[in-house]
Order: sequence, then C-alpha cells, then structure tokens
Amino acid sequence: MAALPAPFAELDAYAEWILPSEKDRYAKRIASSMDELQAFYDAAFPRLQDGAEYLKSVDIEGISDEDRNLLWLFSSLVTVSFPVEVWRQARVPDSGAASVDVTVEPRP
Amino acid sequence: MAHFRKPEPGSWTEHFGLATSPVSYDDSISAEHYELERDAIFRKTWLNVGRVEQLPKRGSFFTKELDAAKTSVIVSRNGEGELRAWHNICRHRGNKLVWNDYPREETSGVCRQFTCKYHGWRYDLDGKLTFVQQEDEFFDLDKDKLGLAPVHVDVWEGFIFVTFEKDPQPLRDYMGRLGAGLEGYPFELMTQKHTYRAEVGSNWKLFIDAFAEFYHAPVLHAKQATSEESRKLQAVGYEALAYDIDGPHAVVSSWGGMSPPKDLEMVKPIERVLRSGLFGPWDGPDIGELPPGVNPAKHPAWGIDSFLFFPNFMLLVWKPNWYLTYHYWPTSYNTHIFETSLYFAPPKNAYERLQQELAVVTFKEYALQDGNTLEATQTMIESGAVTEFPLCDQEVLLRHLHTECRRRIAEHTDGRSSAPTPISAVS
Repeated sequence: MAALPAPFAELDAYAEWILPSEKDRYAKRIASSMDELQAFYDAAFPRLQDGAEYLKSVDIEGISDEDRNLLWLFSSLVTVSFPVEVWRQARVPDSGAASVDVTVEPRP
Repeated sequence: MAHFRKPEPGSWTEHFGLATSPVSYDDSISAEHYELERDAIFRKTWLNVGRVEQLPKRGSFFTKELDAAKTSVIVSRNGEGELRAWHNICRHRGNKLVWNDYPREETSGVCRQFTCKYHGWRYDLDGKLTFVQQEDEFFDLDKDKLGLAPVHVDVWEGFIFVTFEKDPQPLRDYMGRLGAGLEGYPFELMTQKHTYRAEVGSNWKLFIDAFAEFYHAPVLHAKQATSEESRKLQAVGYEALAYDIDGPHAVVSSWGGMSPPKDLEMVKPIERVLRSGLFGPWDGPDIGELPPGVNPAKHPAWGIDSFLFFPNFMLLVWKPNWYLTYHYWPTSYNTHIFETSLYFAPPKNAYERLQQELAVVTFKEYALQDGNTLEATQTMIESGAVTEFPLCDQEVLLRHLHTECRRRIAEHTDGRSSAPTPISAVS
C-alpha cells in the first residue's frame, strides 16, 4: 500500500520522514547529515506548492491515512527547511545543549 | 534618530518615573535572594496556572508544580462545574495526593474522587474527606475537619489563576488597566494549542528580560532574515511603537512587517510557499474588532503586543489573530522551567495545519537561540567581575521588572522586622 496520496507517489522514497510528532521530526533532523537533509529538501520542496493546494481540500476531521502522511511529510520539510535555507547545519547555531521540547501538539 | 515618538520628557524610562542609572543584577545570582522572592512574590501574587479549556468537564483536573511557591496544587472542576484548587497534599500523613509514576511531574485527567496512593484516603470533587481506611483505628477523627487545604482560584478571560495570599485582591483588580484593555479578545476561539517546555540554566528574570525587549532581535536573530534584509534591520536598529506600565504589569507594542511581508524576497522560500512564519500564518482568521488594549498606539505597522503580567506570565497578541503565552517557573536562583503555548484558531483544513506548523517551528528556532544565551549570561554575572549594567530606553520593561521585584522584597522584609525573634536567636 502506498504511504502517500497518488499525486505524490514519488515522495514515497522519503517515507522515513512521515513522523507524527515534532519531537521526532526534530530528532531526525539532528541525527541527519547535511547531505541527507539537502536530498530530502530537494525532492520535497518542488512539490510543496502542489502539496499546499492539495491539502487545502483536505478536512482535518476524518482525514485519511495517506493525506495525514502527506501532512507529516511536509511538516518534516518545514523542520528541515531551517538547516537547508538558513543555518547550513542541522542544529540551530549557538544553541549548544539547549533543548526546547514539545509537550502538547494537535495531531489529527 | 527616533522613528517613533517618545513621551515627555523624551524617554520611556523617565516617563514612567524609573531611574536611568546602571542596574545591578545581584537579584539574580544568589540563593538568599531567591528565598526572599519566593516569600515576597510567588507566595503573594496571583499566578496563572492554565486555561479553562484544560478542564472541559466535571471531574477534570490538572496538577501544577510551583516550586517557587514551595508547593504543588490540584486544580479541578467540581460536580457543579465550578473550579476548585487545593494544595496537593493528603491530610493523613502528607503524601502528595495526585501524581503518576514520578512525584515531581505534573499530571491531568478526569476522576470522580481523589484517592491517596499511600493509605487509600479519598476526597470528593469539593475536597471533602469521604473515606478513611480502617477509620475506627483512629482517635477522635472528624472527617469534616480534614478536607483538602484550599487555595484561592479565579479566572480572567479563561486564564486560571491561583494565589496563596490569605486575603487576596480580586483577580480582575490585580490584572489592572492592561488586563482590562484585553478583555473581550476571543481567547476562547483559539483552542489549537502547541506547548513547549525547556529547563533553562538561568535566573527566571533573565528570560523575561530576553522577551521583554526586542533591542536584541536584529543582532541575535540576524540569520533568520535574508542577508540583505538582516543588514537593513541592523542598520536601523529597534524601536518599539509604545510601552505602557500599570502597577506591576507592563506591555511593549511592536511593529512587524512580516505578515505578509511587503516584499516576498524578504522571507525564506518555505515562508513564500506556505504564507506563514514567525508572525504566524499571514491569512489569519477574521475575529472582528480588537479590544482597545491591543495595538495601544493604533499604529498601522503594528505587529505584536507583549504583555507581562507580574510576576511570570507573558501574553503575546499577534496581528494575524493568534496568541501565545510564556511562563517562567523558578526552580532555584539560577534555574527555571520555561513553558510556552501557541494558540491558533482550529485549522479548517490540512493546509492551515501546515501553516501553523511553520509558525510553531520558526518560533522554536528563535527560542533555542534565546535560551542558550541565557546560560552564558547567568554564568558571567555570577562571576561578579562586573556588577553594574547600563540599560537603554528600549529595555525599560526589564528595568521595571527588576525594580518591582526589589520593591516587593523591601516591603515584605520591612513588614517582617516586627515579627517575633526566631528561636535560634534567643538563647
């Protein structure tokens, strides 16, 4: 069974980024090399505009598994956009040992 | 050169009657001073511990660890739907009444009664002792006199507060003019909540200092803007639209051109596609007219108001119609727990959920930069190498916070000097 809706099937190769918690998305970012982050970004970012249009037609209530997966995949793209677009490194610069952890987050 | 007009006599600091001399941070580096703050501030003022949405029905409860007030509280909704709060302690032998697995961790849920893990004593949703294990083994036990120890609880605009003051000022009076100006804001519509928590290695006031001024923003967060935009921001510097102070509370009102930006090239690629960023989703919900306390200068470039309700509750109202809260809960003179919750109108579709995610994560990246700076500051002010620090006019809220804390401690210790001599000093 495909992880993502049919129009986004080519991103199934990045199914490891389908993570329902911001905590896990951030942990995967920190554990990845810049090459890995860049590869995911380069594959997913060109599909973000289409993804945004697609997700506009998806109700939160009763969201399907595939559509939810797409939401979490693009949520990972959001997490990865900072090292790729801004920091040029996985961690926030000068953030050292500081951690800010999610304790409540809405998950459809 | 000033871009926004300052009040007479030419500075915000003097306008509010504050000194302009350098400030000592000896109120942030000692265990002795922290003990004074616990008694003079955290055991005296109203403290915001949550929102009414956390207690949706009869029997809903949550616990709150309040190390600064030397206690833990249970806040609950009783059978009549009214809020109740108690110290989280069993009347039998002092066990913490409500906790799961780890006694120092907060918990929440729904129940019909509270049962102590130790000997099974039970209390109803009004705090009344209803069951004592082997009651006839006790001597002259009057269950009516052994209800949970109550704590004052009240609600302002859906925010739940407690206080340990014996005869407290009504909460609405405590919130003062700045609180009144926010009344009517539709906080109750913004129920989509993201919460973050961090253990920070600094005095609690230092983190408030960091969020009570934006003088740092063009420098510390330079890389979060595109490089050309960042250079412009640093050259211009930062000035607030307006400041206001009422009693212990204060607000800084700020411009914000990022929702949406004048020029899309100012923001990062993902923000252009998702139409969202630090200032929130650009196309916020329509919530009608804002209450008079929001955007007090009525400036067209307004972007955000940051309210500090003394001592440790910040409320930020953003132009694209969402809000967030900060709480700083001291755990020692040089550590505290920082909590922040971002509240949005529930997303109508999955795209809006994704827009909110970008706002939340952008905020977290900023907070990580802010948080780590604090530990660096704490260790160096503790060195004592430098003891006085100049604060500028854009740092007026910090000056006010530290002044207010010192004033309350002075008032508290003066009142105490007539107290009986401690036993240890008698012999």
